[in-house]
Amino acid sequence: MSRPLLELTNVSTHFHSPAGRVRAVDGVSVSLEAGQTLGLVGESGSGKSVLARTIMGLLPSYAEIPKGGAITFDGQNLLTMDRKARRAISGPGIGMIFQDPMTSLNPVMKIGQQVYEGMRHHFGTSKATGRQRAIELLTEVGIPQPDVRVDQYPHQLSGGMRQRVAIAIALACEPKLLIADEPTTALDVTVQSGILDLLQREQRDRGMTLILITHDLGVVAGRCDKVAVMYAGGIVETGSTRSLFARTRMRYTQALLDSIPRLDRPPHERLKSIGGRPPNLITPPPGCRFAPRCAFADAQCEAAMPPMQADEADPAHSFACWHPRDPEQVTEEVA
Amino acid sequence: MSDVLLDVRDLVVEFPTRKGLVQAVSGVTFELRRGETLALVGESGCGKSTTARAVMQLPRPTSGQIVLDGDDLVAAGKRDLRRMRRRFQMIFQNPIASLNPRKRISEIIEKPLKIAGLLDAEKRRQAVEELLETVGLDPAVAMDKRPHEFSGGQCQRISIARALILEPDLLICDEPVSALDVSIQAQILNLLEDMKQRYDLTMLFISHDLAVVRNVADRVAVMYLGRFCEVGSSEMLFDSPAHPYTRALLSAIPVPDPTVTPKPIEMIQGDLPSPISPPSGCRFRTRCPVASERCAAEVPAMRELPDGRAIACHHPLIGA
Repeated sequence: MSRPLLELTNVSTHFHSPAGRVRAVDGVSVSLEAGQTLGLVGESGSGKSVLARTIMGLLPSYAEIPKGGAITFDGQNLLTMDRKARRAISGPGIGMIFQDPMTSLNPVMKIGQQVYEGMRHHFGTSKATGRQRAIELLTEVGIPQPDVRVDQYPHQLSGGMRQRVAIAIALACEPKLLIADEPTTALDVTVQSGILDLLQREQRDRGMTLILITHDLGVVAGRCDKVAVMYAGGIVETGSTRSLFARTRMRYTQALLDSIPRLDRPPHERLKSIGGRPPNLITPPPGCRFAPRCAFADAQCEAAMPPMQADEADPAHSFACWHPRDPEQVTEEVA
Repeated sequence: MSDVLLDVRDLVVEFPTRKGLVQAVSGVTFELRRGETLALVGESGCGKSTTARAVMQLPRPTSGQIVLDGDDLVAAGKRDLRRMRRRFQMIFQNPIASLNPRKRISEIIEKPLKIAGLLDAEKRRQAVEELLETVGLDPAVAMDKRPHEFSGGQCQRISIARALILEPDLLICDEPVSALDVSIQAQILNLLEDMKQRYDLTMLFISHDLAVVRNVADRVAVMYLGRFCEVGSSEMLFDSPAHPYTRALLSAIPVPDPTVTPKPIEMIQGDLPSPISPPSGCRFRTRCPVASERCAAEVPAMRELPDGRAIACHHPLIGA
């Protein structure tokens, strides 16, 4: 594939707050080819969900997207589109599922109706066909007794089942791109793998493009082609999953990987934590945003924001760091 | 002084609901030895938090014995219990919600001392300052602020300080890092480990995250639908699980390594059965890949295996 399905160039999203302008997303560029899965990883407040909502056009009224950026989806710039055209893309173009299936579903509407609502809106599907299609979709996402469930309400389902319904809703209009924002964070680990398997299967069968947003590096490791790591509103490292884990360059990515407790480590081992906390995004530091917490930071890091640069071995892998980690040198991380 | 600090026997906790009585904890027995950390793990709704709260007497359990260093908490009267409470304290999952938003940090941490009627105002203030320093907050900055001025991680530090000011023997941690980001989670786990050493704490640690449990626990108890499945040393359970449910839980954990392909989870997919009418026999049988007819007919008793772990299963994966 040559032309990417989704291309973000210098996208920013700022919020107006009483305390000032919050730079929630600041100059993000990333591209995604059709059929790929991108894992968007970051801690709370890093801007990953705001970025997803910016792509979806689901921002609150106090948000502002500064000029100069572009979100090109399937050849069209979403940011210069009028509302009506944009709305026509949500559903058949881009679908989304959210973290909490209890609040993302309508509690007073039958499940079936919620599944075919989008089809009726976009394609004028009749109620009878819609209901039939809803049952097929519920079957596809692994809901037992779909012909009964179709007439039930969300509170009659467990959390995992609700998230499956949310996936059925998003798939109903056959989107080219599906954005899953922390789809398993509210669920048990035993339910999580089932939901992730389902997303992966749908992505493959439909040739769909998937953005999987998560704070869990374990989730992206096994299931994404590409990973982008966000910190304080910007992407700090991106590349193929294999390269990003094997040749981690950016210091924040490495610190994040080091701080995860692992099953293969002995009990009571001291974890490598990251001191401090992410910066205030109203007055972010002028240089690298991770510099105040970084063990390798010096005057240069505090003075100037490092540009994205390509990894020598893999040009598709890039990172923003003045003092990147040497991927060949293993000893410093083990010590 | 006995080696066992906390002895819990046949603990039952029931809640009345409109649809009938829910038995959230159905006869759980365990011991906590001095200085050890026991983790309770399981899916949401398995009764792990209810067990922890029952130990705290919040609310008081339906039946069973909870003996802390020779004193039965269940049998204790109100006044005695209040006196005993100094010895067991708890920290909660949501650090911000568990602090009173209208109180200053100094008041929040000082409160347990006041309730216990210990020290004079000047000494109390000193104790609070020292403890804030210990948990990694600057007393000069933090003392007069209120909880909303702190991040989740900092609030959890404050909760830990509040729990430790009475120098308890037992610290119950209910999902203390689940609401925190990974980088902050590591800070708090390290702090808990430091505090355990410094104050000779015994810990009951509730978590759904097995990787976190692997880091903090000496022993692990796996819970399913109100009952224990398997109890044993952390190494044993993680390296060679004997109960099919323990194996299922372990198989579900995503590994942060792209060279490892996610394997299907070793459990029948489906929902947790209702605790109002749990399955007959072994409660895990409806999702267990090795269940037999015997599992439906007969409740598996907790028994000890030669390697020292306890397990409730008719078809254990090892040493059968």
